[in-house]
Amino acid sequence: MNFLDYIWLIPLFPLFGAALMLLIGKKLDPQPASEVALAPGVEHVHDEHDHHGHSHNGHSHSHGHDHDHDHGHEHGHHHGSPLKKLVSLLCPGMVLLSFIFSVGAVLELASKEQRLHQVIQFTWLAGLPFHMADGRLGTFTADWGFLLDPLSAVMILVVTGIGFLIHVYSVGYMAHDNGFYRFFGYLNLFVFFMLMLVLANNYVLLFVGWEGVGLCSYLLIGFYFHKKSAGDAGKKAFIVNRIGDAGFVLGTLLLFSLVGTTRFVDVNKALAEMPAETIEFGVLSAAALLLFIGATGKSAQFPLYVWLPDAMEGPTPVSALIHAATMVTAGVYMVARSNALFSLAPHTLTIVAVVGAFTAILAASIGLVQNDIKRVLAYSTVSQLGYMVLALGVGAYWVAVFHLFTHAFFKALLFLGSGSVIHAMSGEQDMRRMGALKDKIPTTHFTMFIGSLAIAGIPGLAGFFSKDEILWQTFSSPLGSKALYAVGLTTAGMTAFYMWRLMNMTFYGKSRVAPDVAAKIHESPASMTIPLQVLALGSVLAGWLSVPKIWTDKLQLFEHWLAPVFGAEGAHAAAEEASHGAASLEWLLMGVSVTIAVIGIYIARVFYNDKPEIPESLEARLPGLHRSLLNKWYLDEIYDFLFVNGLCKGGGRLLGAFDSNVIDGAVNGAGWITRFSATASMWWDTWIIDGAVRLSSFLVKILSYPVRILQTGQVQSYALFIVMGAIVFFGYYMVGR
Amino acid sequence: MQPITTVHYLVLSAALLLIGTIGVLTRRNIVIILMSIELILNAVNINLIAFSQYLHNIGGQIFTIFVITDAVAEAAVGLGILIALFRNKETVQADQIDLLKW
Repeated sequence: MNFLDYIWLIPLFPLFGAALMLLIGKKLDPQPASEVALAPGVEHVHDEHDHHGHSHNGHSHSHGHDHDHDHGHEHGHHHGSPLKKLVSLLCPGMVLLSFIFSVGAVLELASKEQRLHQVIQFTWLAGLPFHMADGRLGTFTADWGFLLDPLSAVMILVVTGIGFLIHVYSVGYMAHDNGFYRFFGYLNLFVFFMLMLVLANNYVLLFVGWEGVGLCSYLLIGFYFHKKSAGDAGKKAFIVNRIGDAGFVLGTLLLFSLVGTTRFVDVNKALAEMPAETIEFGVLSAAALLLFIGATGKSAQFPLYVWLPDAMEGPTPVSALIHAATMVTAGVYMVARSNALFSLAPHTLTIVAVVGAFTAILAASIGLVQNDIKRVLAYSTVSQLGYMVLALGVGAYWVAVFHLFTHAFFKALLFLGSGSVIHAMSGEQDMRRMGALKDKIPTTHFTMFIGSLAIAGIPGLAGFFSKDEILWQTFSSPLGSKALYAVGLTTAGMTAFYMWRLMNMTFYGKSRVAPDVAAKIHESPASMTIPLQVLALGSVLAGWLSVPKIWTDKLQLFEHWLAPVFGAEGAHAAAEEASHGAASLEWLLMGVSVTIAVIGIYIARVFYNDKPEIPESLEARLPGLHRSLLNKWYLDEIYDFLFVNGLCKGGGRLLGAFDSNVIDGAVNGAGWITRFSATASMWWDTWIIDGAVRLSSFLVKILSYPVRILQTGQVQSYALFIVMGAIVFFGYYMVGR
Repeated sequence: MQPITTVHYLVLSAALLLIGTIGVLTRRNIVIILMSIELILNAVNINLIAFSQYLHNIGGQIFTIFVITDAVAEAAVGLGILIALFRNKETVQADQIDLLKW
């Protein structure tokens, strides 16, 4: 079977699953609609909390477990109903089919000389004439076409592979939730759009996937939509992403007006002939910057990262799949895809690198003090995405994609592990009420242990290889700098610290679990632990696809695989590295970053296991800093003040004032002028026009007076006049003759 | 005895005209005024007949017949108006009727 020609089928499998679930799932679901909307267990969780007097309200998980059934049944759970069985076979099955087709296609691609395969199904948007920037007449067309090259190959393997594992996990995790079919319908729809995003052969079709995953993200964040915070978080994600999308659309159109095509292959060909904007910040830099604004929205970079921590309101598998492993990497993917453009715009690349580094350290610093287990991971995700963007910014595109790849494993693992912990804790997400879970949920502990080591950057595990490569590239690349390296290194230490703070608070030390919860702690079912184990294996092995050159120069599979995509730049970087040639320096930096990571882990162990009084005294000594960190540097409040209240509401008030003063003033003024001129006109009419009429009548009256007195009304006087007239007449004749 | 000539007729006619005119102008009773108008008409008749005979032309006499007819009609209409007036104003005095005054 020729998988390469069937790559257009890959997105269609999940679409089929999604269509089936969303169109007829409701009819098959035996549950009445009203109960579907109200997931059971949530009330229960809240009741439980009120009972303990906890003010914590940051969790939404309504999953029960075996021991939960006593309260679960009265809400009408349909555990193991035929529909659920069908859904839990069909939806992961569809993603598995996609994965098989992806693997087949990638293997065939690997055996080809020219590692680039384009399948164009049909022209989707037909020619619209369009004047390009240089005056030529371009035609705006967009294909319904798919492009498989090394970059999209990596992406589809990540999306379908990790996606499949998370689907399997969700079967166990969501088993007791109502709206099972709805959840899997959205999840499949997400996989469809994500595959469209990474397989698209042009910017317009990429944007279809881009918006589609945004929609699914919104739907899944707000999955527990009867909870106001979940609905709000969904809206926040949607709106913040729109800001970035505006940049993306503008960037695409600007790029189109320059090169006259939206197909990646043709865009790259056209850009290859253009000179780099090394001195001025020209139109290419502007296009690159606009595209990067789109990436900051989707990939949660400063200043548009604020939606991602709130997105943890969604179910945990969603956080793992969408908000850690796949969707949030879309921005990184898009920038890597546009590497030909970005390489021509070094000024924009500097901005990209600075934004990435700043986001990495900002999010890591917030993550240091968060107590919600999922929030720590959310800030960790933002921070790791910052690393990827930093790598993009220093021109090390393949390293960014490499980190994206390894991060997908260990972050999905950590999220799913945290989901397993939350599952075991009956919905508890606050790490202050966990502790000593190591022996109660050993599989979860073991897999998360590996994930935490991987993200901390311990040699031999996936995170080490990619993160160390990022730090090295930041240090050595002509686009990088020592300052950026220092920020990256600090962030690495913070990362190790907050991850091991999480591990210590959750799994080690003394148990702080509420007694009635403690009785119900249990390991998750196999459908949840098997994906964890597979991901843990991935977290160990993924990094070995590209080991540092100073170890051996035989194992750079990943770099060589991606070289055709980032061709010119890769050669450039290689030459650069050769000229530096400072292998001893690289060894030194590697040692420094590993030391920093180990120190971070050690401090976390001391702080949160051995001597818990140290963090408390630190808190007491630095209350301002601690409060700022706990409140996320008050960035949400600042945004609220500046944009929500300032720009939107304040702007609304300003417009209102403008309306009531200027617009209404103009209307009122026009009314006043009309009234005034009407008054003047009335005065003119009364005194001048009417005056003239009356004067003339008065004159007539006066002048007619002598004539009037002749008219007596007396017949005889008239007769007299007649006689007198006759006499005069005759007299005239007689005398005149 | 002097023969009656045309001049005599003309003098008679002039006298009647004068009397009639003075009557019309001075008397206040409308009945009298109407009668004075008859006098004027008859002065005209005499004048016409005198010249008819003098000129041997029958036209004057024919015209007189018309004048008499006209006078009759006029008297009838005049008296009719007079009665209608009297019913409304209860007077036949010309100086008390000045409806046409401005």
